[in-house]
Amino acid sequence: MKILIADDNASDRLLLSKIISKQGHEVIEAENGKHAIDCYVKETPDIILMDVLMPELNGKEAAKEIKRIAGEDLVPIIFLTSLVDAQSLADCLEAGGDDFLTKPYNHIILKAKIDAFVRMRNMHATLQKQRDTIVENNQHMLHEQHVAKAVFDNVAHSGCLDASNIKYMLSPLAVFNGDVLLAARKPSGGMHVFLGDFTGHGLPAAIGAMPMAEIFYGMTAKGFALRDILREINLKLKSILPVGFFCCAAVVDLSFTKRNISMWMGGVPDCYLISDKGKTLKSLRSHHLPLGVLSSEQFDDEMTEHSMEDGDRLFMWSDGIVEARNEKGDMFGEDRLQGIFKQNLKPDDLFEAVQTNVGAFVGESERDDDTTLIELMMIEESDLDLSSLNMQQGTIKGPSDWKLDYELGVDSLKHFNPLPLLMHIMMEVPALRSMGGQLFTVVAELFSNAFEHGVLRLDSQLKSTPSGFAEYYQLRQQRLDELADGYVKVSMVHSSENGSSGIFTLTIEDSGSGFDFPTTFKKDQTQVKNKFSGRGIPLIFSLCHSLEYLGCGNKVRAEIHWPQKAAK
Amino acid sequence: MGVQSNVDTSGKELTIKVDGRFDFSAHQEFRDAYEGISTDINNYIVDLGNTSYLDSSALGMLLLLRDHAGGDNANITITRCNDDVKKILTISNFEQLFTIQ
Repeated sequence: MKILIADDNASDRLLLSKIISKQGHEVIEAENGKHAIDCYVKETPDIILMDVLMPELNGKEAAKEIKRIAGEDLVPIIFLTSLVDAQSLADCLEAGGDDFLTKPYNHIILKAKIDAFVRMRNMHATLQKQRDTIVENNQHMLHEQHVAKAVFDNVAHSGCLDASNIKYMLSPLAVFNGDVLLAARKPSGGMHVFLGDFTGHGLPAAIGAMPMAEIFYGMTAKGFALRDILREINLKLKSILPVGFFCCAAVVDLSFTKRNISMWMGGVPDCYLISDKGKTLKSLRSHHLPLGVLSSEQFDDEMTEHSMEDGDRLFMWSDGIVEARNEKGDMFGEDRLQGIFKQNLKPDDLFEAVQTNVGAFVGESERDDDTTLIELMMIEESDLDLSSLNMQQGTIKGPSDWKLDYELGVDSLKHFNPLPLLMHIMMEVPALRSMGGQLFTVVAELFSNAFEHGVLRLDSQLKSTPSGFAEYYQLRQQRLDELADGYVKVSMVHSSENGSSGIFTLTIEDSGSGFDFPTTFKKDQTQVKNKFSGRGIPLIFSLCHSLEYLGCGNKVRAEIHWPQKAAK
Repeated sequence: MGVQSNVDTSGKELTIKVDGRFDFSAHQEFRDAYEGISTDINNYIVDLGNTSYLDSSALGMLLLLRDHAGGDNANITITRCNDDVKKILTISNFEQLFTIQ
């Protein structure tokens, strides 16, 4: 150790210097307070032994200045004094000294004190070093999280959350959110919206959210049904998350044309459906276990349907809203939340009202969970911005001249839904992508006609009454179980002229006996308004450039041209 | 916050009692309450009579216990929940996995 001795008495200084050198320390000597400060700055000694009374600057003043210069470094100062009264000794410590030593010096006590301060100094240095390491590591981690968050945001928020019928709030507790909001336009029109709340927050939650977002967006773009997407997500989470980690979720399939939503809720607080210009509130309750808890066999994908008129809104939130706490530790609670909706506010102001009320309630107290809120409104699909639908249209050139023949036999028809695959092939053509909804409807309707009326020989007339409707589906299941022979042939041809225009032709042929198409066609046209019945032919007709039945009516050919002419 | 556990005289039933807030801070204690206890246990009782609050990490801990107790074959009863606690268990539909009294 390097030890500074400051004493104006040369003989005392020499005596002390001898003792300390013998104990194996390096000694620096100063003759007064001012000199002591200079020596401290120049030599940075580890411990200082300082006489109280000195010329130029006394010991107490010098000690104050040295402590100031040292800042957060620990420099023990031991005062040397011949005074023995309690007050004088106490004054030494008051002035910033760490200890005192009375003259004449006792070798044993001197050594013990120096040793004690050496230990304290080492401990202090270790603490400082550890603290600096922690600060450095923390900065490093925050930086990494920021980079990772940028990647995460690109994956999770690539959807259509900015669509004009959506309002949302995502407040991140950590850099990463335990809450996830996903929204995507379906190729068949409509939207899938997903609100998820992982147990915990930060890294574990974000890691689970990544594959979930990929599955959600990927499968939605390919035209998969929401039930299938949920199953896939549940399976994925079950396999990657450790036991005890899961994701509560409220998931919505919104149809603009059918004016309804299908919902699946697992482990989230009640959602509110506001209709009739804000006058009616319906609570929708969770009926499922959260995602990632049950195995595929046990998973229940049952969804509930609710109709929504223009301007009706669905509010969904994570438990962070209901469980937001104020300074006293009280929870915001469902009563307060419901209260907001009972104030007869204009529907347009509800979202902001929830935000403001929760914000005011929480005040300055620390948030202890993520708070996520989303409002989903029913509007005319044509009012939506088209850009969100075309986002995946890149500069990569897709296939333009191709033909596909695909024949499904009995077993495939029983167990396999070919629509996602067919959609996938069509969606590889960039120009067809923006027409995904229309194409999906055409393929889906014609395929189900071929399958149900052709292969299964079900009579579409059955569907004209509500009871017949039920019977139809019962019969459908029965014939499906008994099905022994039959086929559906799908043929798709696409051709393009310089990439500026193109024709897509779809031909579907079934093993059925066909139908008397001209008359049925007319009949259907008059029955357009009857929603229970028909083959949906008028609808398809309106979506295609041309539609014709061939053979005995067991074969149909639809042509779709692009770019599309203005609506007729 | 406290977690107590005891095995009944038959040695087959384990009761775990959680006092106060059942959240992440109880994680280690809750695990210790059933890990390393005799493997003869075939019936678990989680007594939440003195539990004031339960959060999602507690739900996670219950799932861990269920896994430990044999997953789908686990025999776990959650008893004496107050209304708030019961509500959280109901929202998450935990009655499909546990017997809730």
